[in-house]
Amino acid sequence: MKANDENWLYEISSKHALIDLNFAELWRYRDLLFLFVKRDIVTVYKQTILGPLWFFIQPLFTSIVFTLVFNGLGNISTGGIPPLLFNLAGITAWNYFRVCLTGTSNTFRGNQNIFGKVYFPRLIMPLSVTISNLLKFGIQLLILICVYIYYTATGHSITPNLYLLLFPIYVIMMALLGMGAGMIISAFTTKYRDLQVLLGFVVNLLMYMSAVPYPLAEAKNKFPSFVSDFVEFNPLTQIIEGFRFMILNTGSFSWFGVTYTFLFSVILFLVGMIVFNKTEKSFIDTI
Amino acid sequence: MSVILKAENISKQYRLGLVGTGSFTHDVNRWWHAIRGKEDPYLKVGALNDRSMKTSEEYVWALQDINFEVKDGEVLGIIGKNGAGKSTLLKLLSRVTSPTTGVIKTKGRIASLLEVGTGFHPELTGKENIFLNGAILGMNKSEIAERLEEIIEFSGCEMYIDTPVKRYSSGMRVRLAFAVAAHLEPDILVIDEVLAVGDAEFQKKAIGKMQDISKGEGRTVLFVSHNMVSVQQLCTRCILMENGRIKTEGPTQEIIDEYLKLNDETDSFKRTENTALSPVFIKDVYLLSPKKIKTNKVQCGHELNIFIEISASEEQGNIRMEIGIDGKRGERLVYLSNALIERKLTLNSGVNIVQVHIDKVPFLPGTYPLTIRISNESGKEVDKVQNNFKIQVEEGDFFNTGKLNVLSKSKFLMEHDIFKI
Repeated sequence: MKANDENWLYEISSKHALIDLNFAELWRYRDLLFLFVKRDIVTVYKQTILGPLWFFIQPLFTSIVFTLVFNGLGNISTGGIPPLLFNLAGITAWNYFRVCLTGTSNTFRGNQNIFGKVYFPRLIMPLSVTISNLLKFGIQLLILICVYIYYTATGHSITPNLYLLLFPIYVIMMALLGMGAGMIISAFTTKYRDLQVLLGFVVNLLMYMSAVPYPLAEAKNKFPSFVSDFVEFNPLTQIIEGFRFMILNTGSFSWFGVTYTFLFSVILFLVGMIVFNKTEKSFIDTI
Repeated sequence: MSVILKAENISKQYRLGLVGTGSFTHDVNRWWHAIRGKEDPYLKVGALNDRSMKTSEEYVWALQDINFEVKDGEVLGIIGKNGAGKSTLLKLLSRVTSPTTGVIKTKGRIASLLEVGTGFHPELTGKENIFLNGAILGMNKSEIAERLEEIIEFSGCEMYIDTPVKRYSSGMRVRLAFAVAAHLEPDILVIDEVLAVGDAEFQKKAIGKMQDISKGEGRTVLFVSHNMVSVQQLCTRCILMENGRIKTEGPTQEIIDEYLKLNDETDSFKRTENTALSPVFIKDVYLLSPKKIKTNKVQCGHELNIFIEISASEEQGNIRMEIGIDGKRGERLVYLSNALIERKLTLNSGVNIVQVHIDKVPFLPGTYPLTIRISNESGKEVDKVQNNFKIQVEEGDFFNTGKLNVLSKSKFLMEHDIFKI
């Protein structure tokens, strides 16, 4: 009996490890993760006429406007690729990062009601955001493929290249970057709301600094050098450029870029986890 | 029986007031102490948690030095007045927030019947919400599927089960939510009886279910309630909490007696200083015993004189004074006012004493909270005290016949005469 007394299932205290990732517990809650993902997907467009079609409309319209403004008015060269396809590819990839970031960054504030009442591994929330957005990303890839097929059928010579095999790694990097940054922001906004305000417009500005509506080569030609350096070493640029490179065979690719981006993503994600862990235990007192 | 849950030196500190720039400097200071390996400087300060007291401290201890053990299969009652720290303790146990110091060790999984309907999504159907809510509370899919029928039947919402929850009435939502929570089967269950909601019929069902869970199935239960009848029926042992500390613990009956004694300490009028600097302020309320000593006790059938001490910063002409006397359940029994009897009342600047006179107390023995409200000439409320002062009516000989047993036959007493003509 005495020995048995020391076999505690778990302890509740204020102390915690730096990265307190309990995989067994996460696994136990896998049904919850699945249900959250399902909820996110199913409920967004309930009671709308177009329903899931909205998943297509947003990227498509943004691409059309980008094409009109940047390629029509601004004369940005897309290197022989139809501008609409070029923009759609960039926007589809960017969107996945953006929704992961904004969705995750609201983890604590958006769920304070539920977090204030029951315990489940808090990490389930950012994970469910990332996964449900992955599904939406998948749907948006379909429209990209349709446009792609349309252009090849009408005689444009565009082909993907072998680097397409790296595609899953790119998706993982986007998810890690979005989640990592999102978790950091969500942790800080529990006490100080400033970051949430900042995020609103910084995300939009960041898109222009991530080579979404233009190829990196154009940026190197036309931007002042410190700006083009920033754009080039922005890991998001690497992802967007790489993604366009593998499906459209345009722009640049370097193994250095991939490695650098991958390391950056992993580190950002780990930092995010640390901050998130530190916050989740008692944020409910300060939010 | 082995110990299944153990709390060691649990404390929880909260910050009073707003979280603002001041808290940022505290955070920096905390961090600076932490990297030098020193103790958090703000742990040494903190006021005792007594809501009505005034404090200059910025931190308050919602819980302090809580130690207890729960044995396997035990039903432990946690009782105490509002603000004693019960809810904070439950929050710590259900891992919503973590303690400032100390550690809770457990051998079983804890689930709480604290909050029903957490995570209900209005757009999802009843059935989908059962799964979602069940999963949030820690069940997995197969466990929920097994009990689905039972849950639906208990909720009594069969007809609407495939309708989105946003179309439900609030009562139906609560029924469904409670049905899910009640079918949890954790090792340790935390129950807050306050959540017995819904209409009378469902309340009865809910409390019955809670009692089944605690009594019938030999489960370890922590039971929080203000209903001493339930506590007495269910709990094997009790903890009495006061101002964030454990006051006593022991066998249920002893602790309940202690708790009731605690509630009776109401003879003094408690009110904080006139911090709002209102022009009219009720300073004190009291009765005078026959020996002219301030008290709150009066005997049934005796003369009742309530004295209300009021300070006024300026002269007030023609005020309206209203006094409500409430019963046990907070229902208004009597309303008295100078406006009713067309008695003009004025206040001088300085301290005034107003006397309320009743010839014979018609109430049965018990406690009767007062509400006193003063309005100025233009009808605007200038001060109000509610339940701060309670009249304690003791047994008395209302009819001057020496018979006390008449009391139980009436709700209140009335002078009367019966004769033949």
